[in-house]
Amino acid sequence: MSVADAGRTSSPGVNWLYKPAVRQFVIQAALVVAILGLIAWLVHNTAVNLADRHIASGFGFLNQRSSFDIVTFLPLTAEDSYGRAILAGLVDTIIVSVLAIIIATIVGVLVGIARLSSNWLIRALSTVYVETLRNIPPLLVILFWYLAVIAALPSPRDAITLGSAISLSNRGFYMPKPIFGAPFVWTVGAFAISLVVAYFVKRWASARQMRTGTPFHSFWAGLAIVVALTLIAFVATGAPLSFEVPVKTRFNVNGGLTLSPEFTSLLLALALYTASFIAEIVRAGILAVSHGQTEAARALGLRHGTTLRLVILPQALRVIVPPLTSEYLNIIKNSSLAVAVGYADLVAVGQSVLNPTGQAIEVVAIWMTFYLGLSILTSVGMNIFNRRIALTER
Amino acid sequence: MSDIQAETDLFFVRQKVVEPMPPPTRSSGLIGWARANLFGSVFDTILSIVGITVALLIIIPLVKWALIDATWVGDNREACAANTAGACWAFIHANIGQFIYGRYPDPERWRVNLFFLLLVAGIVPMAIPSAPFKQLNLLYIFIIFPVVSGLLLVGGFAGLPEVDTEVWGGLFLTLVVSYVGMALSLPFGILLALGRRSEMPGVRAVCVAVIEVARGVPLITVLFMASVMLPLFLPEGVNFDKLLRALIGVSLFASAYMAEVIRGGLQAVPKGQYEGAKAMGLNYWQMTRLIILPQAIRIVIPGIVNTFIGLFKDTSLVYIISIFELLSTIRNSLADPVWATSTTPGTGLAFAAAVFWIFCFGMSQYSQYTERRLNTGHKR
Amino acid sequence: MKIKFLPIVAGAVLALATAISAASAGTLDDVKAKGFVQCGVNTGLPGFGNPDSTGKYTGFDVDYCRAVSAAIFGDPDKVKYTPLDATERFTALQSGEIDLLVRNTTWTESRDVSLGFAFTGVNFYDGEGFLVRKSENVAHVKDLDGASICVQGGTDTVTGLADYFKQNNIKYNPVVIDKLPDVIAAYDSGRCDAFTTDSSALYATRLQLKNPDDHIVLPEIISQEPLGPVVRANDPVWFNVVKWSGMALLDAEYLGVTQANVDSMQESTEPMVQRLLGVGNNDFGKSMGLSPKWAYNIIKGIGNYGEVFERNVGMGSPLKISRGLNAQWTKGGLQYGIPVM
Repeated sequence: MSVADAGRTSSPGVNWLYKPAVRQFVIQAALVVAILGLIAWLVHNTAVNLADRHIASGFGFLNQRSSFDIVTFLPLTAEDSYGRAILAGLVDTIIVSVLAIIIATIVGVLVGIARLSSNWLIRALSTVYVETLRNIPPLLVILFWYLAVIAALPSPRDAITLGSAISLSNRGFYMPKPIFGAPFVWTVGAFAISLVVAYFVKRWASARQMRTGTPFHSFWAGLAIVVALTLIAFVATGAPLSFEVPVKTRFNVNGGLTLSPEFTSLLLALALYTASFIAEIVRAGILAVSHGQTEAARALGLRHGTTLRLVILPQALRVIVPPLTSEYLNIIKNSSLAVAVGYADLVAVGQSVLNPTGQAIEVVAIWMTFYLGLSILTSVGMNIFNRRIALTER
Repeated sequence: MSDIQAETDLFFVRQKVVEPMPPPTRSSGLIGWARANLFGSVFDTILSIVGITVALLIIIPLVKWALIDATWVGDNREACAANTAGACWAFIHANIGQFIYGRYPDPERWRVNLFFLLLVAGIVPMAIPSAPFKQLNLLYIFIIFPVVSGLLLVGGFAGLPEVDTEVWGGLFLTLVVSYVGMALSLPFGILLALGRRSEMPGVRAVCVAVIEVARGVPLITVLFMASVMLPLFLPEGVNFDKLLRALIGVSLFASAYMAEVIRGGLQAVPKGQYEGAKAMGLNYWQMTRLIILPQAIRIVIPGIVNTFIGLFKDTSLVYIISIFELLSTIRNSLADPVWATSTTPGTGLAFAAAVFWIFCFGMSQYSQYTERRLNTGHKR
Repeated sequence: MKIKFLPIVAGAVLALATAISAASAGTLDDVKAKGFVQCGVNTGLPGFGNPDSTGKYTGFDVDYCRAVSAAIFGDPDKVKYTPLDATERFTALQSGEIDLLVRNTTWTESRDVSLGFAFTGVNFYDGEGFLVRKSENVAHVKDLDGASICVQGGTDTVTGLADYFKQNNIKYNPVVIDKLPDVIAAYDSGRCDAFTTDSSALYATRLQLKNPDDHIVLPEIISQEPLGPVVRANDPVWFNVVKWSGMALLDAEYLGVTQANVDSMQESTEPMVQRLLGVGNNDFGKSMGLSPKWAYNIIKGIGNYGEVFERNVGMGSPLKISRGLNAQWTKGGLQYGIPVM
């Protein structure tokens, strides 16, 4: 026993209540008991209330026939079960979130770089964009697209058309839908193989440049490999691809691939709103890279664009990724605003299920579980990415 | 001497410094500025031309719609229906009372005005760093003002007729919801952040769970739970106001975000400060209150204001549970047949956007101002 | 220590919880104690439940809330309204937030059985109908093949729509939006070719459009939608109060008792009228926990069924809905009051 410890444990005048270990234990025990008690109390109340009012409970309703029609990406009819409807809602949430994340990232990075442009006009425009979008509620942005922009488009009868296959109206954006024949898998396979080949070409080219200093246009070479291989496979298997062209009917345009007004306005709003935040993150990230890096790169003779791509952005990424993760999570959570325009996401479908079944607790539990799951998945993915790009110091 | 003089006589020695030549016209004045900032290179020039086109494409129709073609006066839709190319500001003018006060009864609206006044009286001195009596001000903001304005707005005593929260609405309700959210999220956020950094694993686990769950789900689901499920969780016969339930949901949600901001501040306080405080014999709460929090919060004021901005924007979601804040009041009045025209929705949304923008932009400017002010202290 | 501690505290909390829940009385006693009826109504459906700019609610459904208030307190205005949208309404009633839901709600088997509700009767026989633009030249619902149809989510009209189009083998594109004002805005902006809901609400909706005259209600009714007041099924006393408040309105119309003549009708010698109005030693209120004059108070306060109908949704109102199925059974309708005896 060291001298310091001796004084602590054997002082006779100190009441055992003042020992930190005891106190910590008591505090934690009290907290845990209080919380468990609270939960038990709530559960008990709920059980009593449900039984008392003869409200059905349990997840049995998931197997029942849904008997409502909702337009989702997964084909869904009134014959399908509530469970499948909720699954379709989840898929819709994921689709709109992923697309919004991609668009928001691209727009955000561009605007963030534009915020630091030497061109005054570009700087001013991007500042106006960021300051406008950042300071209004996302719900308003969605409604703006839905009620003020898309609703102002012409009716299907006077739709803006490009040829007969592509049309834009207040019912959405219609285009031909590709129909893939069975042999199309060969094309996909060839595409995948060509990607691998291109990757190895790139590795070889980098290694050679490191060794000998001779550059090699690996991008163009890779592109050529991918295009050639894929095309050859496509033609060799007899071009198994046709298009379903949308047809104008009395009221609507049917068939083909449709981007509905609900989906489009939600996607654009989520992407453009979040892009304004990502732009600020990117800008802060670039500013965090020491100016000496830029000067050194310029001194080496790198062009402006190359400096940005090879020197600034990789270093800025370390500052950018953690806050970027939380913006991605915000997109997933904000996608629940779909309910305002009637895009059938998880929350909207949940509400449709809630009405006939009346099982609010179960539906809210499903919502929370799925959103938590999506958030955790995204965080884990981004954390892995973050670890890969983190600064490896000697 | 004279020799040298004679020699140098051949040369002219200028007694005054030469005036600098004006820079070439191409690099000064408007042209120079334009060359440096707009047409520095071919790429720059292309960008500028595209930029000018985009700006004009946006600005000209916007100005035409909002100002030139707009309908400014009128008593009903007749005025705007004839002119759908421009905004219908007459609609805003006719409904402005509803947009600010909701359906709060007319003769009682002075109470809401008094609330606005009390709010400003609390916030403005707090926001000015050099204003005196900060402790008193804090007491006012967190205790006196909420209690007084709560009593004032609800009424039901001393001759003040009771006003149901049912009829509260508009900008006034937006401010109530966001104020309560802000005032509650700060203390609860601090507690959660301290708990998350606690040495006790039990406490830490509970706080991490609360923070991560609240941050992992959308506010809509939290509000929905507060609105429809809270009553099922409570014993039969125990019920409380719907607005109050929404406030609980919003505050819980905001607290989790606030906790993460505060945690950042706690982590930024140097370890020496903790050790120094302990060496002085301060206990945990003394150390936290007197040494750590004042420094931690100072560092994260911009982050706190940003959370407030997020909260202010999020108040627009209470419409999901049929509480009529500014945006939903405006949307409801869009369906009013007296004013329904094709230009009314755009006008209403533009007005809502302007109001939200003014508040949020004001707060973000304040946050940047604080950031600059705090930075000067750390300048190396 | 932790292990010993936990069950004790949890047990104490549970005991407390049981004590509290056992202490709450029936809804009628609660209502009498607090002095008002908490009534769930529509957030805004003209003619049925709609707040004016001062927050005062009026409408056909609202008058049913007022009838219950008049029966209990002798004053139709002791009501507090909770505006609810389609999704919230049932949980609000289940959770006890409201005492009574009168929000053009359709009586269905599942709502009776698995939601724990009891419908006290049908105050309006309705059916699902369609609103379309005149310019589309649609005469029948079957002409809507391939059309986009706007419908409010969280209502049984979604199911009615799916059933009808499937049965008739017609294709359509549903646009399901959660809040009624948003659905109407979407239809009005041209997002949909048709808007469907209960036909009574269609007439109200039409008035909210930019140009009401450009739209017509199609003649077909594609489903049965009996609307009525709802209470929780676990309180028969309260159920009876609400049910008989509605019956009193129907009985009064059948017997010719109106708001104007209710005082003079007290001298009526007709036994049916005497029983309804609690004249002489007739006291049907007592067994329900109400005063003998309960029905008199309702009629004095808001009139009989016919008057309530005409005032809010009938030919005298902007909605101009004819009595149709909602006429008294003696006039070819379905409204049939159960006698007070």
